[in-house]
Amino acid sequence: MSQKPLRVLGAGVVLGAAAAVAAGSAAYAQEDPIRIGSFLSITGPASFLGDPEQKTLEMYVDRINADGGVLGRQLELVVYDDAGDANEARTFATRLIDDDEVDIIIGGSTTGATMAVVPLVEEAHIPFISLAGAVVIIDPVNAWVFKTPHTDRMACQKIFEDMQARDISSIGMISGTGGFGTSMREQCLEVAGDYGITVVADETYGPRDSDMTPQLTNIRNTDGVEAVLNPGFGQGPAIVTRNFAQLGIDVPLYQSHGVASASFIELAGDAAEGVRLPAAALLVAEDLPADDPQRDVVVTYKTEFEEQWDQPVSTFGGHAYDALFIAVDAMERAGTTQPEALRDAIEQTTGFMGTAGEVNFSPEDHLGLDLSAFRMLEIRGGTWTIAD
Amino acid sequence: MPLPPRRWLDDPRRGGLAALALILAMLPLVLSNRFHFDVAIHVGLAAIAVIGLNLLIGYAGQISLGHAGFFGLGAYGSAVLSGTHGWPPLLALLASALAVATLAFLVGRPILRLRGHYLAMATLGMGLLIFMVITNERAITGGPDGMSVPGLSLFGYALGSRDKGAWYALVAVLLLVAVWLALNLIDSPVGRALRALHASEVAATVGGVDVAQHKLIVFVVSAVYASVAGSLSAHYGGFITPDAVGFLHSIELVTMVVLGGMASTYGAIVGAAVLVALPQFLTAFHDYEPVLLGAILIACMIFLRRGLLPGVLDLVRARRP
Repeated sequence: MSQKPLRVLGAGVVLGAAAAVAAGSAAYAQEDPIRIGSFLSITGPASFLGDPEQKTLEMYVDRINADGGVLGRQLELVVYDDAGDANEARTFATRLIDDDEVDIIIGGSTTGATMAVVPLVEEAHIPFISLAGAVVIIDPVNAWVFKTPHTDRMACQKIFEDMQARDISSIGMISGTGGFGTSMREQCLEVAGDYGITVVADETYGPRDSDMTPQLTNIRNTDGVEAVLNPGFGQGPAIVTRNFAQLGIDVPLYQSHGVASASFIELAGDAAEGVRLPAAALLVAEDLPADDPQRDVVVTYKTEFEEQWDQPVSTFGGHAYDALFIAVDAMERAGTTQPEALRDAIEQTTGFMGTAGEVNFSPEDHLGLDLSAFRMLEIRGGTWTIAD
Repeated sequence: MPLPPRRWLDDPRRGGLAALALILAMLPLVLSNRFHFDVAIHVGLAAIAVIGLNLLIGYAGQISLGHAGFFGLGAYGSAVLSGTHGWPPLLALLASALAVATLAFLVGRPILRLRGHYLAMATLGMGLLIFMVITNERAITGGPDGMSVPGLSLFGYALGSRDKGAWYALVAVLLLVAVWLALNLIDSPVGRALRALHASEVAATVGGVDVAQHKLIVFVVSAVYASVAGSLSAHYGGFITPDAVGFLHSIELVTMVVLGGMASTYGAIVGAAVLVALPQFLTAFHDYEPVLLGAILIACMIFLRRGLLPGVLDLVRARRP
């Protein structure tokens, strides 16, 4: 495998640069390592996903290698940056499969990037664990595709479960029109009926809107609104929360798992008091009761990540952590990295405790999480507390 | 520009096309795996769109900042018609191209009567509108998460996206056809009229050239090039997202034209090849990749101001006695 052919392609064009690069990337041969390929959105608009994912993978691959590797072989991580572009992601996945000849792919920070690669791995028969959110990745099930993050549908279900417990049956929704908000809004509307909840007001706002007072006023003026739900991402939900408090609307406000980060509390300030949202246990690692089966794994991951990188842990890095250790666990059980055997071993994963919850894969379920993966949190005194 | 008497090889329509055909035919000998073919196919698809855009920018002197919109309409047109509605891919491709041609005609007709860079503004707005429509119409396009596209099948023969050899052959042939058509257009009365109006619209008008009409023709032609390239890359990739329609993609296409060399059809291919393949070389530098890419582009523009291919040819010719 050499870089020569492509050098010919660009010859006389890239001049010396290409030659230097090709030399730089020339094979640094090792003794038959296990190759883990990854394409992540390390730069670009989705870098808040790709950055912690990359750091997590690098850190734990190093640690596993220091401990003697897997099956007596070292791990070799090949990471490419797709910058959130599905087209780039597909090219890099082709490169991982056909040029780097990796044994497994862990990656795909965004749903678009993941879905662009699904046909490739299905054709090439390479196990692929995605780190993206949407339910379309695993429903319908693709034989070679798994994923670790919970879906937005589960977030809706968790929220509605909590509403049900508080005897709330008619709600108003205000959703962002970005990818995340739109997708979650649809999922929520789909499952609301299962929990006896009617959506009586349904408003939206654009990703760059800076005032949601009109939409919230509409919701306030709708009869029978007992709670408000805001599926959204980024700064929108913080503005909704502030406007909500300014208008003095006196019903519970629910946010989505999309704002489960410290910056949300910072942006929303005092208005965030009393807001509820579903989030992964990672966010409240130290507050989990000692007998919580998830406590060990989330506390360990949080401590190790924050020590190494000196930045707050995020649930997105946690998805990469889960994917890497599911893969390692499956390799050890299969005793080989032969694609079919590895795929089967991943599918047989049961009782695996990750940062997102307990994973039980089956041929019909390539997500393997249930609602217990989410904790209902309430913001009290400017910090997260466990509400249930 | 006074044309010196041409030798056979210097004639772009004979020597140039033969050289390109030879390179395309020899390339598979050095492409050693599917990934290399994949990059070559991406280069070819981008080159088809860029050749069309070069007609507009390089010859008619008009800039389009919305060409990704046409590319995206072709891609999504093919995806929706062949995927959701089960049309044969070839028919979907042609229907999309026809729709794009109509749109370009309607947008271009009022705008191109004006002098100056109004087309750039109009196409900028049009590109953004197309992007917004595609992002928001989730029911049809799948929204920001994108939609999957069935594979290409031609006359009962199906090309899977891992069928790199067949795809390479198809794209290579289409690239040759695209170049041939573009060169013919340039050497036709329309092409001469375009070059005249590029040099001076007043002089061209005095010379009897219907300026608006000729700009419109080339605008529609370039939109169709982009649409066809879009349709093909949608089928090739099997999945499309609104990234393909976005403003950045439009800029990328314009950059390919300028980098390769304006008013050079073969330069357009070089521009596409560099911008598609270079990031793949630069991955070895990890975090410094964008910096290096930028530095290489700046260096090219400083030292080869007319673009890569014309710049290099100038250097070669300057050395010849």
